[in-house]
Order: sequence, then structure tokens, then C-alpha cells
Amino acid sequence: MSAPLLQLDQATIRFGGLTAVSELTTSVADNELIGLIGPNGAGKTTAFNMITGVYQPTSGTIRFGGQPTAGLKPSELTRLGIARTFQNIRLFGSMTVFDNIRTATQLHRRHGLWDALWRGKAFRAGEKEVETRVMELLEIFSLENQRGELAKSMPYGDQRRLEIVRALATKPRLLLLDEPAAGMNPTEKDELMRLIRFVKDRYKIAVLLVEHDMKVVMGICERIAVLEYGIKIAEGSPREIQRDPTVIEAYLGASVSGEEKG
Amino acid sequence: MDWLLQQSINGLGLGSIYALIALGYTMVYGILRFINFAHSDVLMLGAFSAFYLEPQVSRLFGRESVVGAIMIVILAAGICAVLGMLIEFLAYRPLRNRPRLTVLITAIGVSLFIEFTAQHEKVFSAKTQFFPRLLPEHSFQMGNVFFNSTDLLVPVVTLLLLAAMWFIVQKTRIGTAMRAVSYNQQAASLMGVNVNRIISFTFGLGSALAAIAGILYAMKAPGIEPLMGVQPGLRAFIAAVLGGIGNLPGAVVGGLVLGILETFLGGIPWLSSYRDGIAFAILILILLFKPAGLLGKATVEKV
Amino acid sequence: MFTTGAKRWLLLGIALAVGASFMAHSPGFGMNRYYLGVTIDAGIAIILAVSLNLINGHTGQFSLGHAGFMAVGGYTAAKLSLMVSPAGEAAWFFPIALLAGGLLAALAGLLVGIPSLRLRGDYLAIVTLGFGEIIRVVVQNMEAVGAASGLKGIPKYTTLGWTFALAVVTIYFITTLVNSTYGRGFIAVHDDEVAAESMGVPTTRYKVTAFVIGAFFAGIAGGLYAHHKQFLSPTGFDFLKSIDIVVMVILGGMGRTAGVIAAAVILTLLPEFLRAFSDYRMIIYALLIILLMMLRPQGLFTFKLKKGSQA
Repeated sequence: MSAPLLQLDQATIRFGGLTAVSELTTSVADNELIGLIGPNGAGKTTAFNMITGVYQPTSGTIRFGGQPTAGLKPSELTRLGIARTFQNIRLFGSMTVFDNIRTATQLHRRHGLWDALWRGKAFRAGEKEVETRVMELLEIFSLENQRGELAKSMPYGDQRRLEIVRALATKPRLLLLDEPAAGMNPTEKDELMRLIRFVKDRYKIAVLLVEHDMKVVMGICERIAVLEYGIKIAEGSPREIQRDPTVIEAYLGASVSGEEKG
Repeated sequence: MDWLLQQSINGLGLGSIYALIALGYTMVYGILRFINFAHSDVLMLGAFSAFYLEPQVSRLFGRESVVGAIMIVILAAGICAVLGMLIEFLAYRPLRNRPRLTVLITAIGVSLFIEFTAQHEKVFSAKTQFFPRLLPEHSFQMGNVFFNSTDLLVPVVTLLLLAAMWFIVQKTRIGTAMRAVSYNQQAASLMGVNVNRIISFTFGLGSALAAIAGILYAMKAPGIEPLMGVQPGLRAFIAAVLGGIGNLPGAVVGGLVLGILETFLGGIPWLSSYRDGIAFAILILILLFKPAGLLGKATVEKV
Repeated sequence: MFTTGAKRWLLLGIALAVGASFMAHSPGFGMNRYYLGVTIDAGIAIILAVSLNLINGHTGQFSLGHAGFMAVGGYTAAKLSLMVSPAGEAAWFFPIALLAGGLLAALAGLLVGIPSLRLRGDYLAIVTLGFGEIIRVVVQNMEAVGAASGLKGIPKYTTLGWTFALAVVTIYFITTLVNSTYGRGFIAVHDDEVAAESMGVPTTRYKVTAFVIGAFFAGIAGGLYAHHKQFLSPTGFDFLKSIDIVVMVILGGMGRTAGVIAAAVILTLLPEFLRAFSDYRMIIYALLIILLMMLRPQGLFTFKLKKGSQA
């Protein structure tokens, strides 16, 4: 059995006196679709930020493709194959749809600053290649008619889709999606579920999904991990999680005190 | 030993003035997260207010009288407090929700506007003018150490003002409101605090302190001119950062440290022409290695 | 604005040819000295504004010390020119002097850029301002370049041709750089640093690069300036000069090259037209800054774009 793509071992992060994530141990294998759920404030986005290098774990280790990720910057981790979307959409607002994706293609190219200044034949060929690739992605995801639109003026659902496509442009092996269904109506959520399954199957990548919407989570995830107050309280198949008493209490307990679940 | 004592006295005086000015910077930054570039010019306006008030007051109370001096200080502080609040209302309040860069440039613009206007022939003109004595001056000598009554006055006045400040901020309702607004503007307004009023008050208070500092500075300086606030203002800003910007005791500590440091280093001849550069170098070093300052707390950015 | 590679080469070729012909005919070619001087001033301002635009506009870093880079470039180029030929008979050396000035300024940009990386917004502004002032203070104390009394007798090598050609080169390089796929990284850093980093853009490297390139061209502008005014004084490169350039970038609409060029020209010519009000000139200037930030912070030349990328 090969080593998992992503491996967290007792990963912990503390901010001053607050332990946001405590000794999280879990793994994601190639081409798996894992869900990460839990009440608000459970530490899900913080876990994402640890995996993507935005925060460094206070203790414990995280390994990607067998390699420890400690000390690596987010851009370096992206180069290794981890891409993500954000809870509050973070597109490059002043750029067009085309350019948003184009920016994400740069990291795998051999033509950097000097080539851009010199503008030789190889550079021009490279730019042509980028254009082809970006158009390809736009067509696959039905965004080609909006290629010249400014990212910030796109409808919400399209923005979410663009963010995912942009992440794909970095040729990831693992894609982290942070609450992609937030603010969507049921039709859009169905579209999203189809989109995620499509992405996973076509690009053969692993997907780690943080989501509040249970329909989406139970609908597409192969395995689910549940966090509460930074601690993993359960992990298993959707069926197992639905029946797990600790999970039910974590959610119902929260509901009783007035929180709404998606 | 004498040299040490002499420099210490000088440093204390200078540091006190820096502390008073730094308080203004740090209070505004604490509440609005914004560097009020025009603060240094209030210093100058305070000194010039006193300059123009002196002849009138002297006619009523006689020259170099204590009552007269107090009157002048109170009036000048009052004028500058109003000016400070006016600047906030006209130039900064309309930009409350704009990006930081916009407000910063505006502050620079306001500062330049005040400086250039003051330099105009019809206003204060660019020339250095002699600042009249507000109080009778006595000289003292202890061994080889020389100082005069002004040197004693500055720290005493500063101490009184700091005590007043401490009382206001810690013990009064408006002070509590100030602290609340500096922690969380939204929460404070939800608690019934009139945020706009508190911000005005902060500007007024800081400006009053700067005005008094300006007068104290003018008492020891060779003369007053429209750009007199630039250097002390810069040093005081660095002092505020040194102590931890947004932190009131920090401003005082920073001011004293910087004043003493500058006095001691300024005694070294080859270093003195680099004074401006050194001040900035200190600033850069603090921001790079301990951006929260000596007494500040580092904050983590939420992603 | 620019679309294909071939077009750009063509444009550059034409521009350089025109520049060269100006070189052959200047100084003068019918223009009197005053207008010539102002036109050269405008050209230098364009280089300064476009180079600062890369740092402040495109990359979104707040640099208030650009005059410092100009000073480094100007003094370096001037000193070298004087060393090679005090009598001013080495016009062939001019491009080398300019290049040396640019490179040294780029080095200064590196030194300023690196520590500035850990800082944002206000703090970054203050630190860059500080560096600008430190450079000025250092120059003020260097006997070798005239210290406070300034550097005199610099040969008049700057011609309209040189200025025009270098302005075109600056615009070309920075524009095409930013429009390339690599160059999109600068805009990404400006729009959303966290997202940029997550998309594989090494944000720290881009920020430093912006400083270095911006500083380089500011240095070139400094060299042109030195050999135009024939006299350099540290007070000419103070905080106020940096603000001048910042205002050009803001007026032009941070990031919009065409707007920034227009703003540079306008702000160079304006003082000439306002000579009548020279008394109130600076007061009006300060008032303009305030009004600009309050009423139109996006610059005079920003219009709603429907499609297409920004220039």
C-alpha cells in the first residue's frame, strides 16, 4: 500500500493561549474525496491554512507526497501540488477571468523575469502555450464567453467556479475547497457537486472539502472527518458519520444553543 | 560624572517633550489605525498661538507672570484642540471608510498645506522669530552642571499632564469610551458610545498636548518658524513606534528613551550631522525587529 | 493597449528611430531653450512616474522614498561623468554613466525592498520614507559629491532624444513586463497577496523585483536629470520630491500606465503655467493633493472598463 498523498500527524496549532487545532491525525490518499466538517469555529479553515503553509503547525508534522511541509511557504507548497479555494472568494478582482487563470499557470513555466524582458522566440512560444491552456480550461468549464470580464463583476456562482478553475490551473495533486457551496441555492449546489466529481475524475486529483451543507458532503464524499473545538471526534464513511453519537451531539448540542446548520 | 548629569537633564527635558507629542500620535493611531502626519504642525501652531497671545496677555497681567503664562498655555492649547478637531472633521472624517493609502496621502497633504500656508508672507512668513519669555528664568549651577528653571519646568509640567492623561483615560467615562473604541469600534458603538464624538475628543486632546509641547519646545529653542514642528514631530513619531504605537505608556517610555538617546548620541561630533538619518535608522530597525515596540503586543493576522 | 509581440517590437523600433533622429538634431531643432528644458523635465517625470507605478500601482506596495533612488542614480552618473571628463567632452560615456547610475539605484532598491517585505501599508510607507531620507542624509555628508553645497558643473549630455528614447524604453519594458504572464504576478500581489501566494506566486520575490526594477529606472531618470540641470543638491531629492512622484501616480490612477504618463506631463507643465501665482503655488499644490484624495482618489484618468485588460 503506497503512502498517502497528504498525511497529518498530531498536527497542532496554538495562537497565544488558544489551541485552534489539536493533535489532528488524518490522511488523504490519491484521488480520494474527503470531507472535513464540524460546527463553526471547529478549526476547519485553520487546518486548511496549516496544510497550505499559511500557518506553521506549533507541533506535529504534515507530509505531502512523503515530504514534510514544515517551513515551506504557500507558493512552494503549491508548486508541490497543493491548491485551494477560499471561504471568502479571493479572486484577483482587477484582472479579467482569463488573466486570473493565466496567473496561476506561471509557476510551472520555465520563462520568468528575464524572458519577459527579453521577449525572444521561446518566450513568445511559451505565451502562446499559456493562452491555449487557459482557453482549454475556460471551455471545459463553460467560462470562455466571459474571458474578458473583470473577475469582480461576475455573478457569485461563476466566481466560485472561476476560483476552482484557477486552482486547477496550478496542476495540483490535492485540491482543498473551503466552503464552496456557501451562498448557493439548491440548483447551484447540485451543479457544484457535479463539478467537483467531474474535476476529481478528469484530473485524477484528491479533493479535501470543508463544507457546512450536509447534502453536499454526504452526497459526494467518500470519507468524512469531523472536528469540534479543534479535535477530531470522528472519521469514517458518510453512513458511519451520520450514525455516530458523538457527531450528533456535537451538532445537536450546537443547535440547541441556537446555531443553524446548513 | 558632570557630563553625564548634564546630558541626563537635557535628555529628560527633550524626552518629556517627545513624550507629550508622541501621546497624540499614539492616541490617534490607537483609535483610527492611522498616522496623523499633520500632528507635528499642531506643535508649531501651539507655539505661534502663544507667540501672538503673549503681547495681549502681558498687557493684562504684566510680562513674565505666572498667571499670564498659564493663561497663554490654556488658550493656546484650546485653540489647537479646536484646530485639531476641525482637521479631523474636514479632512479625515469624510475618508473614514477609504483605503489607508488615501487617508495617509490626505494627511500628508494637510500637513503640507499648513506648512506652506504658514510660510506665506501674509501669515507667519518663513523667517525665524524670537519667542518671548513667558516666565522669569533663573539659572542654577551644581558643580559643573548648568540648568535653568525651564529645564525644571518641562519635566514637571509633563508629569502633571501625564497624570491628568492617566486620570482621564483610566478613571473617567470618556476615557473608558476611548479605550473601548481603540479595541473595537463596532462593539463600542453597539454599547452606546458615540464614536464620532470620541474620535473628535481624542484629536482635541492630542492636539492640546502637542500645543503645550510646542510651547515648551519654543521656550528652549532659538526661535520659532513654520517648519519647527517637522523634526520634533518625526522624533516623537519614532518614539511612539519605539514604545509600541497605540500604547499610551509606551509613548511616554519611547519619548524618554529617544530623548535621552538622542542627547547622548548628539554629543558625539561626527554623528551629529547624521541625526536625521539616525532617527530613521532607529525607526526602521524597530519596525523590522520588534514592530510591536517595547511595550506593545504583537497581533496575528487572521486569514 | 499592446497585444502581440510583433507589434511591440515594431513600436519600439520606430520609437528608437525617432529618438535617434531627435538626438541628431537636438539641442534646439527650432525649440527654444525654455520649452526644450520643460519638455525634457516632462520626459524625466514620465520615467519617474512609470517606474514608481510598477511598485505602487501595479504591485500595490506603498513606497514613499522614490526620490532616494533618483538621487543614487543621479549622483553616481554625475560623479562618473566628471571623473571621466571634467571638461564634459565624453558624450560617448553618457549611456555608460546612466547605466551605472541605474544599476547602483537598483542595488539600493534591493536593500530597501528586502526589509520592507515584512511590512504593510502605513508601516511600509514610513520605512520607505525613512530610507529615502537616509539616502539624502548620507549624500549630504559625502564630500566626494559635494555634500550639502551640491555637485556642480555636470556636463550637459542630456538631450531631448536621449530623454525621449529612454522614456519610451521605460514605458515599453514595464508595460510589456506587467502584461506578460510572468508580470501578472505583480498585479496578483496587489489584488490579493494571500491568494497570489496560494496560486504559486512567490510574493516576496515579486515585491523585491518591483522595487529593484522601479529603482533602476528611477536611477536612470536621476542620471538624465543630473546631466540636464548640471547641478545636484541633496535637498532636491527630499521627501517632497518623493511625494511629487507619488501624486503623479495617484493622479494617473495607480496602475494605469497611460494615465500615469499623462499625469506626469500635466504635473510637470502645471507649475510652469502657475508661475503667475508662484506665491501661492505650494499652497495650491497641497490643497490639490487633499482635494484629489477626497474627491477622486482613483485618479483623473480612470474610467469604467467594460472588457479587456488594463494597460
